[in-house]
Amino acid sequence: MTVFILKRLGLVVLTMVVSSFLVFTLNEFSPGNVASKTLGPYASQEQKNILFERLQLNDPVLLRYVRWIGVLTGVIVDPLQDPVLGLNFHDPRGDQYFGNLGYSTLYKVPVNDVIWNRLGNTLALAAIAFAIILPLSMVFGILSGMSEGSMLDRTLSYTGITLTSIPEFASGVMLMAIFVLWLEWLPGTSPLMSLPEWSIAEQFVLPVLVLVLYDFGYVARMVRGSMVEVMTRPYIRTAILKGLPYRRVIMKHALRNAMIAPFTVILLQINFLITGVVVTEVIFGFPGFGRMLLEAALFGDITLVEAATMVAVFIAVTTQLVGDIGYMYLNPRIRFT
Amino acid sequence: MNDQATARQPAGPGAASRPGLAARTLKAIGLLRESKAAIIGVGLILFWVLLALLAPVIAPYDPLKSNYAALANPGMLTPGHLLGTDHLGRDMLSRIMWGARTVLTVTPVAILIAYVVGITLGMLAGYYRGWVDTLISRVSDIILSFPVLILYIILLSTVGPSVFNIIVAVTLAFAPGIGRIVRGLVLDLRTAEYVAAAQIRGETGPFIMIVELLPNARGPLIVDACLRFGYTVITIGVLGFLGLGLPPPDPDWGGMVSETTALITIFPHMALVPSIALSSLVIGFNLLADGLREISMRD
Repeated sequence: MTVFILKRLGLVVLTMVVSSFLVFTLNEFSPGNVASKTLGPYASQEQKNILFERLQLNDPVLLRYVRWIGVLTGVIVDPLQDPVLGLNFHDPRGDQYFGNLGYSTLYKVPVNDVIWNRLGNTLALAAIAFAIILPLSMVFGILSGMSEGSMLDRTLSYTGITLTSIPEFASGVMLMAIFVLWLEWLPGTSPLMSLPEWSIAEQFVLPVLVLVLYDFGYVARMVRGSMVEVMTRPYIRTAILKGLPYRRVIMKHALRNAMIAPFTVILLQINFLITGVVVTEVIFGFPGFGRMLLEAALFGDITLVEAATMVAVFIAVTTQLVGDIGYMYLNPRIRFT
Repeated sequence: MNDQATARQPAGPGAASRPGLAARTLKAIGLLRESKAAIIGVGLILFWVLLALLAPVIAPYDPLKSNYAALANPGMLTPGHLLGTDHLGRDMLSRIMWGARTVLTVTPVAILIAYVVGITLGMLAGYYRGWVDTLISRVSDIILSFPVLILYIILLSTVGPSVFNIIVAVTLAFAPGIGRIVRGLVLDLRTAEYVAAAQIRGETGPFIMIVELLPNARGPLIVDACLRFGYTVITIGVLGFLGLGLPPPDPDWGGMVSETTALITIFPHMALVPSIALSSLVIGFNLLADGLREISMRD
């Protein structure tokens, strides 16, 4: 068990290093690009030359990547904050500390000042959506899995398929047409500021609804599939034949075993909800992590893109790790493999 | 060939009396008719395929041409414009038809390439095992642990959006997953007697993989491909919506939504129509996938 976890932790670190290197290379492969992207379209050639020299952009990509890690871990000074560049970048934390993610050229603030705030908003959105998706998909999945092929099962299955087939931007547009334009019940944008007409809670409703509609059908199908399989097992038949009340058979015998397989799928939804909500955030103008990443990528804010990718990959690999460990805990049969 | 078909699928068609392509197609259609979901799915897909094929003939207007007179009243069911016009006065119906053409050409090409790459990698990993397997599986794990949408955003914002780059991005995101499925199937199949027989006959690795293993792994792959079709349509739509899709002015459903969401409170049809079109195509693929899965489980 310990060996397994240590091995997996090693893999997490490896994945983070490899993926951050790939993203770094992709973004910084052409050094001239780095200079012009950092300084924006109105920079003079002279400014670019100074930056080029200061950042030592002529060095090989691998060396620059090591230097980037150095800035991150606080071993060396962040070159972008150098006053000689005239960028007026100033981080109150100083220019050399552990966890220095650099300076965002899009927002003109240290990355640490923007990224955690945005991630917090997304976490709030994801947490609310998850708190609705989980019970909803469990109830629907269990109900339809209990009686495979019944009218209820068919209705629920086709509803699920239809809902997961509608992309987030399409359901967002449809919901807006209904609730914003027609019924006028909800706001069409969610800037998370107190607007005179709409409270913050009301601004959360539509983004959460879009996420729930897109995701719950998928999770419900996984739960259903697992439940269907468990219901055909001999021990369920035995339990029914020995006269146990049906409720008890479901609650005590079936559910526990049916929850093992979808466990990983459910945990991966956390990952999806944090990193895959870009579309929802863009539709409603929600100030979240995904929209920040998209804007940074479109603007050419290399520092922020690199930092945000690291955070996203970290979330992805840790949820996977937690999923695997939890799965082993739930299913003792694979504990020693 | 003979013993393998009987060994793997006793109920399947024996190789000696293997029916021709036409007969097999007819049989497949007969099977499909058993699932209502599959019929509806095929119907939806055919509907869009027909519109896409006939777009140059039946589209009432040039999809790129603005009708400035229509700007004053762009709503649906206005004379001459069944689905209204968009924010630049272009006919929605024509744009939807031409948009179907875009999505229905890019999607199959992207899927095909992703499958060629994925199947090759999966076969190599599953058949040769050893360090080949370790290398391919580790790299796949790393790509699969990357959040897909973020992968697309970083890739396409760096190299720039174009049809070619979208196909490359879809391949990169899908191939590891396909490879993993194929690897699992091959690991299971390679212990079969017909593989040993072929090896004794002196057949080469590539021959065994393509002629002996691939045909026997096709069942699960077809269902998977169907799901991935739907998912790719969504992806292309999402990329269009995020401004990373095909460059304007070519009609692209996702892009059409993205250009007109801001106007939703005034002219909802401009964003609604392409949203519904895209959703219905994805529903078609997913219903077909579900029907196929149901039929394949029954046998």
